[in-house]
Amino acid sequence: MNTSTSRRNFLKGAAATGAVLMVGVTPKGVLAAGHAGLASLTPFVKIDEAGTVTAVLKHFDMGQGASTGLATLIAEELGISLDEIEIEFAPHNPQVYNNLFFGPVQGTGGSTAIANSFMQYRQAGAAAREMIKAAAANAWGVAASELAIVDGVVTGAGQSAPMAEFVAAAADLAVPEDPSLTDPKDFRLIGNPTTHRKDNAPKITGQAQYAMDVHLDGQVVAVIKRPPKFGATVVSFDASAAEGMPGYKGAAALPTGGGVVVYADTTWQAFQAREELTVEWDFTNAETRSSDQIRDDMLAMVNSEPEFVARADEGTDAAMAGAAQVIEKEFYFPYLAHASMEVLNCTIRPDEDGGVTLFDGCQVPTLSAGALAQVLQMPMEKVRVETLWAGGSFGRRATSEVDYNVEAGLAFLLDGGQRPVKLMWSREDDTTGGYYRPAAAHKVRVGLDANGRIVAWQHQLATPSIFKGTFFAATQVVDGVDRSSVEGVPDTLYDIPKMTMGVSDFQSPITVAWLRSVGHNHTGYVMETMMDLAAEAAGVDPLEYRLSYLSGEGEERARMREAFQLAADTAGWGTPLPDGHARGIAGMFCFNTAVAQVAEVSKDEDGYVQIEKFSAGVDVGLAVNPDVVEAQVQGGIGFALGFIMRDGIGFDEGEVIQSNFHDYEPLRVWDIKDIEVAIVPSAAPPSGIAEPPVPPAGPALANAIAALGTRVTMLPMAENGVDFV
Amino acid sequence: MATTITVNQTERSLISSEETPLLWVLRDELKLTGTKYGCGVAQCGACTVMLDGQPVRSCQVAIGDIAGSDVTTIEAVSGVEADAVRQAWVEMDVVQCGFCQSGQVVQAIGLLELNPEPTDGDIDTYMGGNVCRCATYVRVRKAIHRAAEILAA
Ligand code: FES
Ligand code: FES
Repeated sequence: MNTSTSRRNFLKGAAATGAVLMVGVTPKGVLAAGHAGLASLTPFVKIDEAGTVTAVLKHFDMGQGASTGLATLIAEELGISLDEIEIEFAPHNPQVYNNLFFGPVQGTGGSTAIANSFMQYRQAGAAAREMIKAAAANAWGVAASELAIVDGVVTGAGQSAPMAEFVAAAADLAVPEDPSLTDPKDFRLIGNPTTHRKDNAPKITGQAQYAMDVHLDGQVVAVIKRPPKFGATVVSFDASAAEGMPGYKGAAALPTGGGVVVYADTTWQAFQAREELTVEWDFTNAETRSSDQIRDDMLAMVNSEPEFVARADEGTDAAMAGAAQVIEKEFYFPYLAHASMEVLNCTIRPDEDGGVTLFDGCQVPTLSAGALAQVLQMPMEKVRVETLWAGGSFGRRATSEVDYNVEAGLAFLLDGGQRPVKLMWSREDDTTGGYYRPAAAHKVRVGLDANGRIVAWQHQLATPSIFKGTFFAATQVVDGVDRSSVEGVPDTLYDIPKMTMGVSDFQSPITVAWLRSVGHNHTGYVMETMMDLAAEAAGVDPLEYRLSYLSGEGEERARMREAFQLAADTAGWGTPLPDGHARGIAGMFCFNTAVAQVAEVSKDEDGYVQIEKFSAGVDVGLAVNPDVVEAQVQGGIGFALGFIMRDGIGFDEGEVIQSNFHDYEPLRVWDIKDIEVAIVPSAAPPSGIAEPPVPPAGPALANAIAALGTRVTMLPMAENGVDFV
Repeated sequence: MATTITVNQTERSLISSEETPLLWVLRDELKLTGTKYGCGVAQCGACTVMLDGQPVRSCQVAIGDIAGSDVTTIEAVSGVEADAVRQAWVEMDVVQCGFCQSGQVVQAIGLLELNPEPTDGDIDTYMGGNVCRCATYVRVRKAIHRAAEILAA
């Protein structure tokens, strides 16, 4: 889908006929509807006189399927099939296109897209349905209650006509305040496992437009030479060797000291010219440690007094002193790059009114527009955002500083602000460019009584804080504890009688950000490894042992129990396996979703490990698109396994060692044979699914490999004693 | 002297210099942006196109070396294998972010042209160079088997 073209066509069409029914909400959240001519109306759905229905998507799509999900909600209520609805990404408008869980911020993250939109988009679709029915009822002189829309046709009271015929009249009617929503038992599309994604066709024909595909008349491409070590700054540079190279347009130092911009006509020319640049750097404040040192420093921190306290149950130390047995482990998780398939890039175009348009696979338009408004010194309203398909993100496109948008803004300013500037990163830039999943060290002591029951849990964590120093600190940091560092430990659903948790912030100029499931992607590994070790010490089946700690009250525990049971049933937990095969189990509750997984692995005679199969059980509330849920679980497991098996960003005296996919190795097709996903039937409101499948994958694998003899607590596995096929 | 190649059945006289990789000529000069940049060093397969009927990594091919050749990109790749692959990809809803999928589709077409009934092992070997950061691999595998089934029918 070419979003820009379709929007232009829409405006043209609207001007020609004036008859487009649009339904959205006012900034107060009240349903509103009317003609296209009402410039103030920013709809969720619009229907033109030809009957073309378009869902306007307030969330971007990085592959997680939000576009299909939002279109499903509208199509369900409107009474049309999923094939009959078009989609386009909404412009930036934090008053009406905000994420209802984020306040006045338009953005996607935290696996909230469907959860926050579920009622809103259904209501918009239902209001449009009721208005069209009312218009038809007027025309036919019958009661609207006798009519229904079936596959885009208004039928009832002996009449039948395409809904297109009533669009113009419907647009003149008052919007119903509280349109009746479809009874879940009558859902045709929501929860239907046979529906297909909306983005299949454009993505298998090369037609889908990503930010990287933007080419504007007169544009110049900008690439940036960034410091070789985090925290270094530019002293001076010499670009004379690039003079005269084809397409080369000049170079300029960023005012932040964060690099030197090189301009050229095309991407390749810009990459080539950048090679010729020499830069003198100031390393005074730079990170100069190597990875081993960084790891040792963090491990030393978890063996010292913590800076902050995340949980402090009274009597934990005494209970530990009385334990019959204590299991103690240290863990280390390296920095990780998100490595989305589409490297970071965006384009800024000057507009006639003195404002600009940002073309981006934009994850949080309000952050991007706000940051650019500051850089370009213009009101936020003058920064328009054109959202395109995003080639992945995993959180990288949503850093609180929106670093790459800011870089593009600076490059645009330095170029004079008169022509479009397209900022391109190379894969090497993307791998070395920071905003990594923070490295983390954990030390855990679990005390058991003589029956193998947990009496005390002492947990120490050292990691760089993601939220401190950002806009989000006010809500995400409590008593010095960054919630995203510890999540999954002090708030565990396991009924641990006594727990203490201390946290220390590791300080470094290495930039960090959330990566798919944020803190859970390391805390989950630790929790589920320790639970396995405790079960083993107790001599109890690891599934049974976990369930015994989830037997308490609460809906979340009940959902987690069901997910575990479903994963176990799907995997045939407890049934015999061939020689050399083993299973491991793990689960986690996060983003209001319960996911449990069973890994089955094998080891050949030479000691090489193959992942045979993953089986997952998930409770995501009502699965709006079960097939998309399944795909997210498969993809989340694969994404996690890639880094658990092989990845880590390492440093040599502060310089990032890895540069591209040859040394930051993604999962490959041969790495895993099958992933089976079972979804807990549920009528509860939908939660999220993009992130929750990530945390259990690593520990499920680790627990399976441990069953074959090797317990891994230092990651990645391939560098710590596990040879994969 | 300008390099001339045939792209999607049209002869194109190129202004890019001879050492420019085909990938960047397709994307930046010819605006055929369906072919994607993922790594630039033959490690990901996002840039895969058909060169004289064979899938190649367009980031590794300098246009000066392929003067007179025939290039087909994702926008135009066609034939029974292409139809079967696309049908299977839709049936299995393979795509997620989609950024690797141009390359996956072209490579899968190449596989089926060579071997209409690939085993899992064949798929591992032939598709192993195509990275998908969204990890759609399980469905890529199933869709290739499904495409083989469609071809056999
Ligand atoms: S871009 Fe050519 S193989 Fe990755
Ligand atoms: S679908 Fe996103 S990289 Fe393959």
